[in-house]
Parts: sequence; structure tokens; C-alpha cells
Amino acid sequence: MRLVVFGWGNDARGDDGLGPLLLDRVRRAAWPDVTTVEDFQLQIEHALDLDGAEAALFVDAGRDTPAPFAFAEIRPERGESHTTHALAPEAVLDVYTRSLRRPPPPAFTLSMRGERFELGEGLSPEAADRLEVAWDFLQRLMGERSVEDWRRKAGRPAR
Amino acid sequence: MLNLETAQSPQKLRRVAIEPVSRVEGHGKVTILLDAENRIHQVRLHIVEFRGFEVFIQGRPYWEVPIAVQRLCGICPVSHLIAATKAMDVIAGFGPLTPTAEKLRRLLHYGQIVQSHALHFFHLSSPDLLFGFESEVAKRNIIGVAAAFPDLAKQGVLTRKFGQEIIAHIAGKRIHGTGVIPGGVNKPLSVADRDSMRAGIDQIVDWSKAAVGLVIQLHETNPDFYRTFGESRANMMGLVDRRGALDFYHGGLRARDADGGPIFDQIDYATYRNVLQEDVKNWSYMKFPHIKTLGADKGWYRVGPLARVQVCDVMPTPLAEAERRTFLNAGGGKPLHGALMYHWARMIEMLHSAELARELLDDPDIVGTDLMADKGPRREEGVGVIEAPRGTLFHHYRADDNDLVSYCNLIVSTTNNNQAMNESIRAVASRYLSGRELTEGLLNHIEVAIRAYDPCLSCATHALGQMPLEVDLIDADGTLVSRARKG
Repeated sequence: MRLVVFGWGNDARGDDGLGPLLLDRVRRAAWPDVTTVEDFQLQIEHALDLDGAEAALFVDAGRDTPAPFAFAEIRPERGESHTTHALAPEAVLDVYTRSLRRPPPPAFTLSMRGERFELGEGLSPEAADRLEVAWDFLQRLMGERSVEDWRRKAGRPAR
Repeated sequence: MLNLETAQSPQKLRRVAIEPVSRVEGHGKVTILLDAENRIHQVRLHIVEFRGFEVFIQGRPYWEVPIAVQRLCGICPVSHLIAATKAMDVIAGFGPLTPTAEKLRRLLHYGQIVQSHALHFFHLSSPDLLFGFESEVAKRNIIGVAAAFPDLAKQGVLTRKFGQEIIAHIAGKRIHGTGVIPGGVNKPLSVADRDSMRAGIDQIVDWSKAAVGLVIQLHETNPDFYRTFGESRANMMGLVDRRGALDFYHGGLRARDADGGPIFDQIDYATYRNVLQEDVKNWSYMKFPHIKTLGADKGWYRVGPLARVQVCDVMPTPLAEAERRTFLNAGGGKPLHGALMYHWARMIEMLHSAELARELLDDPDIVGTDLMADKGPRREEGVGVIEAPRGTLFHHYRADDNDLVSYCNLIVSTTNNNQAMNESIRAVASRYLSGRELTEGLLNHIEVAIRAYDPCLSCATHALGQMPLEVDLIDADGTLVSRARKG
């Protein structure tokens, strides 16, 4: 399964760096057929990074997501914006659908709960623990690496 | 200047707040005070989070600054990288850049402008312009554009992608790039990478020219509306070269008044404090800069595309200059000050940047290998200024004897435009909202004016992130009547 993994966030703002930190582990694991994409924020051109992938995984920090993390399947969804500054993963899928006129690959989000997002802060102890838990979970995901298995795992509370 | 900054008796008025709330970054909001007949008495664009970057950066080694500043903004990290590095060129003691280094920095900068302007127009602004300000809200977005105008939407995505590829080729990667360093650049451009970009740039020039044509078509549907929506007569400022031509990368500061008359010209930007003053107001954390000699009330100014195309004497590429002449003719010899005119000017600048990038890709120097300037003694202080996509961007630093940053002052484009944005939304509120029952479509008129500037609240607060929007309607007793949230 050709997989593209997106990790985004700002490592200068405390727990907002969770996404890039987890993505860095994915990159270093060097799994075959896995492409990584890091950015500060998701934007319209990320739709083009989905092209050719059989599945997509979006990893990010969340303020209101369940701890330690939430894993869910997402679908294209129209987003609204009053600035150019960011898109949600669902909106990236929709840009793909509309621009390339075909359905996007199955896509999942792995959102780790963060606590502190202030400029200049390091990773909070809670976020550091959650990064480890999420990494364990992600390695199990990569062990199976099938959309069917991921769908079974999606939506269940993390353990 | 409309007298809607401060109401006479605010305690008797209703308050409407259009409030972006956010997970990780700067918070901005618009508040509108209304009386019982919905007449507008006060309109303000606030920044309500204290900016932290200037303190955050103090105590760090000066050579880390060009990397650290990229965390300021997810949309224009390259602009901060280049402006900060220009300041550090001075502090580190470097002399003039080599031709190859300056051209690579310029190409990087033009790629940044192409990607930012494409994103701004196609993703953010075209839905309002193509569908109408009060059209169905569910359709009024890039997805709606993609559904109704799929080729246009695809061009927008691919044009932005091309700009990002220029950045990746020169800075090393899309984000956290290190290609630009004090004294020059740290890697040459390969012939293969140059050829790859050269193969695609003609298409980007063509699409950019078509985008200008689209804005003109839209303008022709209702010229008076386009010319006057969100109109605020402002002084204008931007960088020009010694001939008076627009220069995004380097030049002297030039300011013109609202009628196009000269205020100052060819000011060395390192002495910006001789001509500009930053004031604070008790209702916003964002500063209010103005031209010193004119004072706060008359000295506020506009930056960015609408100012730049009217401050310069010429844009030194043929297609863009021809389009600029057409734009100026729309003003009948007088400067244009409507907020929607930003979009027209922005697409002319995208065309100009694409043409400039093509010229550089045809220049043999661009694949040269002489990358670093000669180094002299270290200096205590440095200022770097560029024309970022949204307007003039100032980075000013001092470094102590231990090479640690001891002082930092940033004036970002959004801060330069602070008063101009406030005046534009006051003009819109006064003309379109006053005396009417507020609807989502009417409130969107305010947002349309804000979107024309696309204020980077991340930059203005020196943070980073997304900006969803919340609208609160609060009655005169302070009771929340309704709340709508999107984004």
C-alpha cells in the first residue's frame, strides 16, 4: 500500500510540534512505499501530494482531541476560510476531488492531544508521553498497513 | 478618514464581534457598535494577543535568526527568511552579494510571491468575486470555484505548486530551508533544477496573464462598485530602485500621498525610523505606524500590491508594465484606493514575478558557483527590508559582543496596513451595513475587505496557525444574542 504521511505544525510553539516530531520518526523508519510531507500548515497544493497514493495519513497536534490521541477515517468535506492561512485535512481531500475529478485515496487522521502551544515553549511532559504512545500505535498500523485493518482501528478509543 | 474609530457613547450601543479564534496563534477580531436603528458608530479591527517573537528571539545567536523567523508565518516563511538574512548580512559584516547569490535570492523571492499571490487570489478571493458577496455561503469557497470553474481552480493549485517548487529548489525544501545564509546562499542551483523550472515557467506566465484578464473581466461587470468598495484614501509606500522601478527585493523607500504626490523618496531603509513612527492604541496589540512628518492622523499609509503598483514609475517587465498602464487608466489619472483593487494589482504582480523568474532562469549567472560575499568586521546593528507579498516587511536587529540578539523590531506588512485596513472596513460598514438588519451576507462584506488585504495575523502577532472565524451578536446589556462560527 503506497502511503503518504502528512505531518504539520510549528515546532517553535510547544506541543504544536507533535505532528512534525512523529513524522520525523516515520521518515527515519524508512518504511518502503511511504512518502512523508512536512509543512507548517495544510494548503491546496497538498492535494497534489495525494496523487498516486493508495492511502493517506495526516498526523497533527490537537487541543481538543481526546488524549492520548484520536485515530479516525476522514472524507472530503467542503471548508470555508476567510484567510489563506490553513486548510483542514478534509478540505485537502475535497480540493483533490474537485481539481483532479476523481475520489481521493482513503485517508486517516492521527491527532495527538497537546497542552501548551505558546511561542518558545518546549514539548510538555504530557505531549512527550503521548508521542510515545502514538508512535507505538503507528508502528502497529504500519505492521498491518491495510485500509481494512485501519478502518477497524479507526474511531476506537486509544489504549 | 471616517470618524468611526471611537463612538461617543459606546455604553448605549449594541456590539457585534467578528472574532477569529484559534488553536495556536494570533487572535484578531472586528467589533462593530450599533444603535437601536442599526446605525454604525464604531468599527475596529483588533489584534488581541500580545506578540511574542521579538522577545522570543532575544538572547539567541544572531546566525540562528534566519531559521528561527521562518516559524513566524506558515504562508510567507521565505519572506521572513530573506528579510532577516538581509539584516544579518549587515551584522555579520558582509559586503555586497555576488551576482549569483543575489539572483538566487531574488528567484526565491519571486517564487514566494507567485505562490502567495496565487493562493490569495484563487483560493481566498475568487469565490467572493465569482459568486458574489451574498451568494450561498456553502458555495462561496475554493471548493465552489473548483466545481464551477475546474480549470481555473486547477491553474490556481498548479501555479502555487510551481512557486513552492522554486522555493524547494533554492531553499532546499519547502519549509525549514537553509539555502539563504548571511553573506549569500549555501548551495548553487543545478543545471537540471534550472532546466526543470525553465520548462514550466512559460505556462505560469501565461496563466498569470490570464488571471489579470479575469480580474479585468470581473471589474468590467461593475466598475464603480469595484473601484469604490472599501475605499480609503491613503498615503502609499513601497520599495523602488534608483530609477523608480518597482523592486521586490531591494531599494529605497518611497511614499506618495493619496493624490500621487511625493512625500519622500529613496530613503535608505536602514534609517526607517527617521521617516516612520510606530504608535500604540489601547484597543489593539498591533502597532499603528505612520509617516512622522504627517503625524498619526494624516500619516498612515498603505503597503502591498495596491500601493506598490502606484508608487513605482514602472514595472520592469513588458507584460506586467502593460497591465499596470491599463490599471492606472482605470483611475483616470488619479490613484485608486478601493480595497478590491488590491486583487487586480496582485495579479499584475504575480505576472511580474513570473516574468522576472523567467528572466533569471535564462540568465547564466543563476547556475554560477560564486555564492558568498567578502566578509569584513562584525557590526552591531542591521536592518533588512523587502517587499513581501502583502507589503513592506522590516526586520531590525542588534547583536551584542557575545553574538547574541539584544534587540529585535519587526514591522510586518499587516502592521503597516493596520490603519488602512481599519479605514477600509469602516468604509464598508458605513456604506453597506449602516441602518440595515445584519445578515451573514452583509457581514461578509466586512470580511471581503479584510480578505483583500489578507492580513497575516500570525505575522502581526508573531505567531503561527489558522484563523477560523466567530461572529458574536451582543446586545446593549452585554448579553450574547447569537453566535455563528466557521472555519
